[in-house]
Amino acid sequence: MISPPVVTGIGAVAPNGLGTAEYWDAICAGTSGIRPVSRFDASGYPSKLAGEVAGFVAEQHLPSRLLPQTDHMTRLALTAADLALADAGVQAGELPPLDLGVVTASSAGGFEFGQRELERNWSRGNEYVSAYQSFAWFYAVNTGQISIRHGFKGPSGVLVSDQAGGLDAIAQARRQLRRGSAMIVTGGVDGSICPWGWVAQLASGRLSASDDPTAAYLPFDARAAGHVPGEGGAILILEDAEAARERHAAHVYGQIAGYAATFDPKPGSGREPGLRRAIEGALADAGVASDDVDVVFADAAAIPALDHIEAEAIAAVFGAGGVPVTAPKTMTGRLYAGAASLDVAAALLAIRDDLVPPTVNVRPARGYPIEIVTGSPHRMPVRVAVVIARGHGGFNSVLVIRAAGTAVEATSKAIEN
Amino acid sequence: MSVSTVGLAELRQILRDSAGVEAGVDLDGEILDITFEDLGYDSIAVLETAARITQEYGLPVDDDTLTVTSTPRELLALIGTG
Repeated sequence: MISPPVVTGIGAVAPNGLGTAEYWDAICAGTSGIRPVSRFDASGYPSKLAGEVAGFVAEQHLPSRLLPQTDHMTRLALTAADLALADAGVQAGELPPLDLGVVTASSAGGFEFGQRELERNWSRGNEYVSAYQSFAWFYAVNTGQISIRHGFKGPSGVLVSDQAGGLDAIAQARRQLRRGSAMIVTGGVDGSICPWGWVAQLASGRLSASDDPTAAYLPFDARAAGHVPGEGGAILILEDAEAARERHAAHVYGQIAGYAATFDPKPGSGREPGLRRAIEGALADAGVASDDVDVVFADAAAIPALDHIEAEAIAAVFGAGGVPVTAPKTMTGRLYAGAASLDVAAALLAIRDDLVPPTVNVRPARGYPIEIVTGSPHRMPVRVAVVIARGHGGFNSVLVIRAAGTAVEATSKAIEN
Repeated sequence: MSVSTVGLAELRQILRDSAGVEAGVDLDGEILDITFEDLGYDSIAVLETAARITQEYGLPVDDDTLTVTSTPRELLALIGTG
């Protein structure tokens, strides 16, 4: 049996923590990064709150050559990749460049950069549009910039499936490892907190109009009325388990043990949404039984109909209240393509520390058949975690993460069941 | 448009603004005959630099000629102010 790939480096850039330790400490302490928008004047818009990465000064993290050609979210992604590669102890030139790839998720590309160049196009003429616009707005830009900066020349790509993309990218990275790559930089960092990005997000009808940071994003709560958008995410270093052993990787946070993705049936068809099948498919792929799962990181849409679909799918697989469910994204807002890989980072750290971070501000409503972790973080053994992510338009993706070194035990247990 | 000519000093500033400075490169040193590639600038950085010269000084730079321009001296000659 081939061992599942392992995560050996984590780089988190989140609204409540710039850096992995800072993010983990913040979510375990219940510290939120949701505040009034500061990146532009949002006072005239229906939604005025966001999760912005506070204290990020690009010049402190990146060389000047990269600044004129990068959107804000690409700068965050490059910083996250630097953190992840340093965490993994990857030395330049250590591995053959063609064995190293980059697969990230994106939802909007570099919107703020694109807005500025479109303004120049309309107000001054096309000769005033930056040559860098040719790629700086593009979905694949983070993959390209990380690849160039670190000389990763192997299989690379981008996944665009809204919030589900953060898991779909990791799954694609896993495929590339199976095809023979040694290491893939993966995950997602996203964000479009600028006027153009804001109106595009408002058009979804899913943004909270609350001005109260403690009451604006309340999934599974009777007061749920949309989400707060955020920026950031996480970049992960995914390696073939054998390759990680050979280079004596400093950390092995856990295995990417299973994955499945489904698409919802046409609205109004009356058919069951696809999420339950995605959870079951991911568990089957991992070879773990539902009662082996210690915690579920929820998608947590904070749209009542979507929260019901998610809670019912979780209960259908794990039993009503059968597994602790948490949503630390209540402290960051929804980060679109950045959200799910940040949840994967949290799940890996939950396994490391046997600690489940809480869901903040939420008073779970009656009628949701799930047990939500609220208040303080729960100290409990965590060996297997499930992360759920859904993308606007019907994407359902589920990832199963397992403590490293448990493959044989977990597999035999699944067979017994 | 207060300045109508571009000299080395102006070019240095435009390079800084439009493409940054590669680590280990002294942009204030003797750069006239060093290739853009050796200065750490790729073709898109040169394209952006030429576009800024056009925008800020009204000096048109022909894209086709630009592609065979390899040093600051050649670029300044191309725009006729070097």
